[in-house]
Amino acid sequence: MDALFQGDAAKNTRTLLRAIILLTIAGAAISSRLFSVIRFESIIHEFDPWFNFRATKYLVQHGFEPFWNWFDDRTWHPLGRVTGGTLYPGLMVTSGVIYHFLRLISLPVDIRNICVLLAPAFSGLTAYATYLLTSEMSTSPSAGLLAAAFMGITPGYISRSVAGSYDNEAIAIFLLVYTFYLWIKAVKEGSVMWGALAALFYGYMVSAWGGYVFITNLLPLHAFVLICMGRYSARLYVSYTTWYAIGTLASMQIPFVGFLPIRSSEHMSALGVFGLLQIVGFVEYVRLQLPSKQFQTLLRSLVLLIFLVSFGGLVLLTVSGVIAPWTGRFYSLWDTGYAKIHIPIIASVSEHQPTAWPAFFFDLNLLIWLFPAGVYLCFRTLKDEHVFIVIYAVLSSYFAGVMVRLMLTLTPVVCVAAAMALSQILDIYLLAESPSEELQTLSSAEAAKAAAGTSLLSDGLRSTTKPIVGIYSYMSKATVVVCSTIYLLIFVAHCTWVTSNAYSSPSVVLASKMPDGSQHIIDDYREAYYWLRQNTPQNAKVMAWWDYGYQIGGMADRPTLVDNNTWNNTHIATVGKAMSSREEVSYPIMRQHEVDYVLVVFGGLIGYSGDDINKFLWMVRIAEGIWPDEVKERDFFTPRGEYRVDDEATPTMKNSLMYKMSYYNFNALFPAGQAQDRVRGSKLPAQGPELSTIEEAFTSENWIIRIYKVKDLDNFGRDHSNAVAFEKGHKKKKAAKRRGPRSLRLE
Amino acid sequence: MPPRKREQAPSTSTPAVTSTPQVSRSSTSSKKTSSSAQQIVDGIWKNYVNKTPQRVKLLDAFMAFLAVVGALQFVYCVIVGNFPFNAFLAGFSSTVGQFVLTASLRMQTNPENREEFKSISDERAFADFIFGSMLLHFFCVNFIN
Repeated sequence: MDALFQGDAAKNTRTLLRAIILLTIAGAAISSRLFSVIRFESIIHEFDPWFNFRATKYLVQHGFEPFWNWFDDRTWHPLGRVTGGTLYPGLMVTSGVIYHFLRLISLPVDIRNICVLLAPAFSGLTAYATYLLTSEMSTSPSAGLLAAAFMGITPGYISRSVAGSYDNEAIAIFLLVYTFYLWIKAVKEGSVMWGALAALFYGYMVSAWGGYVFITNLLPLHAFVLICMGRYSARLYVSYTTWYAIGTLASMQIPFVGFLPIRSSEHMSALGVFGLLQIVGFVEYVRLQLPSKQFQTLLRSLVLLIFLVSFGGLVLLTVSGVIAPWTGRFYSLWDTGYAKIHIPIIASVSEHQPTAWPAFFFDLNLLIWLFPAGVYLCFRTLKDEHVFIVIYAVLSSYFAGVMVRLMLTLTPVVCVAAAMALSQILDIYLLAESPSEELQTLSSAEAAKAAAGTSLLSDGLRSTTKPIVGIYSYMSKATVVVCSTIYLLIFVAHCTWVTSNAYSSPSVVLASKMPDGSQHIIDDYREAYYWLRQNTPQNAKVMAWWDYGYQIGGMADRPTLVDNNTWNNTHIATVGKAMSSREEVSYPIMRQHEVDYVLVVFGGLIGYSGDDINKFLWMVRIAEGIWPDEVKERDFFTPRGEYRVDDEATPTMKNSLMYKMSYYNFNALFPAGQAQDRVRGSKLPAQGPELSTIEEAFTSENWIIRIYKVKDLDNFGRDHSNAVAFEKGHKKKKAAKRRGPRSLRLE
Repeated sequence: MPPRKREQAPSTSTPAVTSTPQVSRSSTSSKKTSSSAQQIVDGIWKNYVNKTPQRVKLLDAFMAFLAVVGALQFVYCVIVGNFPFNAFLAGFSSTVGQFVLTASLRMQTNPENREEFKSISDERAFADFIFGSMLLHFFCVNFIN
């Protein structure tokens, strides 16, 4: 046994143990993300991943070059979308490469399975990258492994990377952490190679996720803070300038990013620090040649002057419009009320809300209270890399507080800092040996000498005869170690519970429990989408609210008007106007956009709260932003300011296309006069709405999805409402026989 | 030694200041700083020519050349306009990138910075420089279209 832990053998043993632990962590990270695949099936979950999946299929079928120049004419119907120039291709290319690699080793796997399992696979790599990053931060051998374990199973990261969540974040967090690792390595060693590798992975990150802006602002901030602390060194110059020169060029290769690194405000801090470093580097060089107090102050003021002048120039350029100001999405992080007032489409996304306190504990459990301790420890041994952790912690805590989805960028630093704190505790309590006998006798002899020299107190107190007090006894060690072990076990249990219960449900199928405990699956979405796929012509345009755009494109394979890529606000407002207006208004809109089918989501029968009536106010608001005269939010509220669907609903509400489509024929399900909406919890009017310009084409089993077909123009050129009235046999009243006021025929 | 020279400069001028009347003090002091600034520049130049090794001077010549090329490109862009903006950016950033990479190589191989770059030998620094330059030029050539 001793032979294993001493000398050269010990090194090998430790390496072996480390490898085994890391492999186990990767295994845990992967297997804890498979709940949804095992419980349900291997499908893509949310809304956005459906587009990524569709793009990946296109890439795999047609090859790389057609994908790069892909013009997609099956979304945003009259406009189309230049997909190659408006997406981050990193995710698709990664899974395409994996697909072809697996074919190469004659292991043909369906592209869908690669897409579903990509996020778990990369979470294992993220755990490894966290291990590397933390090992750079701390000398303790356990810190890296603890951080890897935390990162592997913490729910804050699992929430965005369960199997089936084929989103950009799946690979982006790995790239984020790995870029940070390479950056720290570059700053520590001052090597061009690490800087260039950091730039390469930064380029990969840019190709994968829009959150790369976080890196472009964090690394310059780190460099700037180091300069301000007087820690400028040649290493910093080498690593930063290499990273910036190569990384910026690499990021500009992505068509979606293009010239943004030169022209937009988000990237100006990196450029500014690059310029500042040139000046500081030059001044340092000159200072080394001529050491003198006076000269130094002269140059200091020179640096300050140039800095201020270039900063002023930057402000001037931004004001004059050469450099684009902050984009709305980014700006709303600073001015938290901005989105709600000016861009309702940003505020309407539920992920863009501020985070509540319980969310932090829910997602990070014990890490959240070890996190400040870890940051504090960074302050105590403040090296260059610890400054980075401090900055990262402060910034990302702020952002995670402002926006729910940015919890994701907070998670890595929380894991690193918490692991540093915990490993410090464990190191102290596991490794601290009681001082050896000689030392003890020596010190007690000294104490005795001192005691003899001063007074005769020494006999009385035990602590003076045995001056070694502290944590050396087995009792104190065992207490702390057992406590932290228990905490860690609870952490594992919590993570598993949260993952299993909160984050592993696909949004495509809705699961509910029957009274006897068995599972009942509501599969209306796919039922309706497959109806569309099989029973409509290949080019039938479907109008739905933008939430469902990607899923319709992915599952039903039909062209849509708007989708989750909300690049054209006016077009979305057009759909919002069509949904929230009277039939007479919306029918021309639908004709103009060649709409064949209209799809609404309605949860009133089974109490599915994420339906279109609950999202209706956002449609109204977005439409009101463009046509304030025609759509007014106020009209949808009762005089007392209530949003109702029952008898007291306003006429505008009752006549809106959305209301009519949702509640059409809903009365027929209930005994007369007892129709009940289970989401809004209100009784519906006895008389259901009637449709004239569209007709019901399909309603799914639980009435979640209702599809309507837009009627053609009337053959006799009549108004649709008249035609419907005629069909129903409502004869014209006698009074109508009187000659009405006629107008002149013009032709 | 330049530092000594700098210390001498004020000491020689102080008697003159004390002897002259109070009125002309400002003009003499400004003259003093300008002359000392020139002396400083002269000192730096002399120091540079004497102390810098040949290899580093070669690197410096290359860096000066890059700066000139970059400045020329920029002036051309200002005069003619930046129509193929990607071509301008590729050319300009290749000079800037090469400049900073060469500066990095210069710092790494400078014996005065030995304790900063403990893990990097001169050969390693040169290999890194080649690696960085290859990457830079790959991206530049790709970007210039």
